[in-house]
Amino acid sequence: MAETTRHLTVRIKRFDPETDSAPHWEEYQVEAEPWDRVLDVIQKVKWTIDDGLALRRSCAHGVCGSDAMRINGRNQLACKVLVKNLPDNTIRVEPILGLPVIKDLVVDMKPFFDHYKSVMPFLVNDEPPPTTERLQSIAARARFDDTTKCILCACCTTACPPFWGDRKYVGPAAIVNAHRFIFDSRDRAAAERLEILNDAEGVWRCRTVFNCTEVCPREIKVTQAISEVKRALLTGDVGEIDASAETAAAAS
Amino acid sequence: MNNYHRFDCVIVGAGGAGMMAALEASQRVGTAVVSKLYPTRSHTGAAQGGIAAALANLEDDSWENHAYDTIKGGDFLVDQTAAEILARDAVECIYQLEHWGLPFDRTPAGKISQRRFGGHTKPNPDYDPSAPPGSPNARPRVPVMRSCHSADRTGHMILQTLYQQCIKQGVTFFDEFHMTDLILVDGECRGIVALEIATGQLHVFHAKSVLLATGGFGRMFKVSSNAYALTGDGPAIAYQHGLPLEDMEFFQFHPTGIYRLGILLSEACRGDGGVMINDQGERFMERYAPNLKDLASRDVCSRSIYQEVRAGRGIGGKDYVYLDIRAETINRFGTSPTGKPVDHRWVESRLPDIIDFSRTYLGVDPIREPVPIQPTAHYAMGGLPTDIDGRVLRDETGAIVPGLYAAGESACVSVHGANRLGTNSLVDLVVFGRRSGRDMARYARDHDFKPLPPKPEAASHAKIRGFLERPRNYPWVKLRDRLQHVMMDDCGVYRTGEGLERARREVASLKEQYATLGVQDKGSVFNTGLLEVLEFGNLLDLAEATVASALARTESRGAHSREDFPDRDDSRFFAHSFAFRDGPDSVRLAYRDVDVIYIEKDGQRQPKYPLEIRKY
Ligand SMILES: Cc1cc2nc3c(=O)[nH]c(=O)nc-3n(C[C@H](O)[C@H](O)[C@H](O)COP(=O)(O)OP(=O)(O)OC[C@H]3O[C@@H](n4cnc5c(N)ncnc54)[C@H](O)[C@@H]3O)c2cc1C
Ligand code: FES
Repeated sequence: MAETTRHLTVRIKRFDPETDSAPHWEEYQVEAEPWDRVLDVIQKVKWTIDDGLALRRSCAHGVCGSDAMRINGRNQLACKVLVKNLPDNTIRVEPILGLPVIKDLVVDMKPFFDHYKSVMPFLVNDEPPPTTERLQSIAARARFDDTTKCILCACCTTACPPFWGDRKYVGPAAIVNAHRFIFDSRDRAAAERLEILNDAEGVWRCRTVFNCTEVCPREIKVTQAISEVKRALLTGDVGEIDASAETAAAAS
Repeated sequence: MNNYHRFDCVIVGAGGAGMMAALEASQRVGTAVVSKLYPTRSHTGAAQGGIAAALANLEDDSWENHAYDTIKGGDFLVDQTAAEILARDAVECIYQLEHWGLPFDRTPAGKISQRRFGGHTKPNPDYDPSAPPGSPNARPRVPVMRSCHSADRTGHMILQTLYQQCIKQGVTFFDEFHMTDLILVDGECRGIVALEIATGQLHVFHAKSVLLATGGFGRMFKVSSNAYALTGDGPAIAYQHGLPLEDMEFFQFHPTGIYRLGILLSEACRGDGGVMINDQGERFMERYAPNLKDLASRDVCSRSIYQEVRAGRGIGGKDYVYLDIRAETINRFGTSPTGKPVDHRWVESRLPDIIDFSRTYLGVDPIREPVPIQPTAHYAMGGLPTDIDGRVLRDETGAIVPGLYAAGESACVSVHGANRLGTNSLVDLVVFGRRSGRDMARYARDHDFKPLPPKPEAASHAKIRGFLERPRNYPWVKLRDRLQHVMMDDCGVYRTGEGLERARREVASLKEQYATLGVQDKGSVFNTGLLEVLEFGNLLDLAEATVASALARTESRGAHSREDFPDRDDSRFFAHSFAFRDGPDSVRLAYRDVDVIYIEKDGQRQPKYPLEIRKY
């Protein structure tokens, strides 16, 4: 890859609800260093050409989930794509699909968070807790590790064709977050969550397209998590009980 | 009026501190959380290495050890009652987080796993004062596994868990509302004003008590581990109203930021055995901190890197060194935390995100090669002065501002003194977030709503209108770049009177130009250019207070290192600084004694934590 400054043509889909009736493409010329992120490139446009360009960003290193956008036709976090890895000197940037555009690259995240909230994304356990921690074996903790990584960026849900077709579908991100609790040995509400996901707008909408897994910036095996939820629905089984921790506790 | 809201408690900020407080307050009284970011975007989510608590899950430990380390780590500028509360309550708070579902890593016995972190120690059971220097028994204290962790994304797990609990409890959020002003009447806080980012409208939040939990302000410096959003809005707005900022001269530079980008590589790298290496392949910390070496506190490590670079021992003579976490390096130096050799797979399981950052942003695979690093502006020890219940202090006498609270990185309790220990911020958020939430709810129960002044949003309105009406005569970004450069160069790891004077003049000149700025975008919806300009103004005010405090402190202590005054001077500066705005361009400083605990010993009243020269 070129390790020198690159001259980039940046095409950004713009929409200002106060002046535009429809989105349109604008083109900008920017110099970028190989180690720059696409986020840096977009901010260069904002800071040196048009400060009205709207986007969300905060952490700039792929952990806060603010800057999901479609870059060259693929959902990505702009802060995780490096200039040196771009295939050519033109980049196309547009908002993620399936959520209403508010302005430029900013979409309305409310429907996305509503789906997330609908799956009871919190630990439920009304048994009185011990005075110290609840025990959990290393294996039981590992059981749901992958789905704890989710940063709610919406890359997966807004890359999902069934979601584009039916905005009422809870979508992959919500299922990932349900998975995180369904398979946590400390949780007691798996059955309720499974019931929610058994709904017509639940897991069965998933057509295993795998887009979600391909775009997840946290490399969560999203499709696998969804399949595990489907399997739990079919078998009623959420996996082994936390036997090893109990033995360990008895021994200590 | 649609844009008028009334809640007993209003919490500004939805990071760890804000949500912890919200979970407490909302159980008791009507509570709203106002945040410019969606809660899960807050920078608490970026915290990597862990959260300290003396659970003693893997080895002996006690909260007393933790309190001592905190006080020493802060170079004795720590308020000792607060430090003891931090260390004691930490244990209970960790269990509470676990009961809420936080997925900590586990020990083989199923308990919360813990790892080593810089400056966290316990007395060496084999200590022998007559042992030859450098031998293991010559060390009075040894590293302890105290940092509770969830791989290297502990902050992410804390933020998610708190948000999940807020959903469960039905906490009310105003997401993407940007606070622009505090409503202070007769020295009391009665609410806030916030801009709804999606519409550009101003909203008034009438409250009995307000908590500011707006996080840090590392964006004042060029190279920083902090998010773009970390612009210190809470402390800056309070300062604009004449309230003091405490200990602003103490800003922590973390030694291991990714070269040029400043993205953090957690101290957990060194806790798990990684070492820093110079151009000659030396583990240079052996020279600067013979006992704790790479696990000395952060200010010590950052200065050591600068010394190496100045001596021409940066990599290739440049301004960076290496962080080496390869298994073979850990084994060669015998730095594995368990004492047993480690392999690549173990390293990868402990530090997955860090390894990913390095691969993504540098194209360097830490499993195979060392990683280029340099100090990065990381943490504000200073901020809004508070008492142990989060109540904001009006001045150095300790008088409070009724109804106003602060917690988290934007507050200065002070438990971090002149230098914060790793993993102690997350504990600070939960311990003092919780205490603040309880006390602000108590205050709200005991008091009635007091009337608001007419048009409390008028000042915000005028300020915003100014930026929108003036033409964009100058790219404001260039001014922000200048601020970040001068702060990095002249108010960074090393400081001198001359450099600080230069910084002071530059900040004053930037403030003058700031007043003439206009933004290009004149719209209302998601005018993020306008928001950035507002944030930049806040950074300028905080920089002004930082530089003035640093100029006045003619000693070196913790993170504040004056080359022209290299020693700690307890006779003059064993005290917290309070910076007040005094007219448009001048800062007034006052000092408040450090809170010291005394005990009876041998029939005499003695300090419980006697001052010592900090050596690692
Ligand atoms: C990369 C990194 C790694 C770290 N690792 C660790 C670690 O391992 N252990 C540890 O103890 N500490 C660590 N720290 C420090 C610690 O993470 C932070 O100090 C802490 O998370 C700050 O939390 P907070 O709640 O005060 O603020 P934040 O989490 O930063 O939240 C600030 C909140 O305020 C809101 N806000 C700000 N301004 C406004 C406004 N004007 N109007 C409305 N809302 C506003 C934001 O939306 C946000 O919700 C790390 C820090 C960084 C940067
Ligand atoms: S800005 Fe946080 S994920 Fe990209």
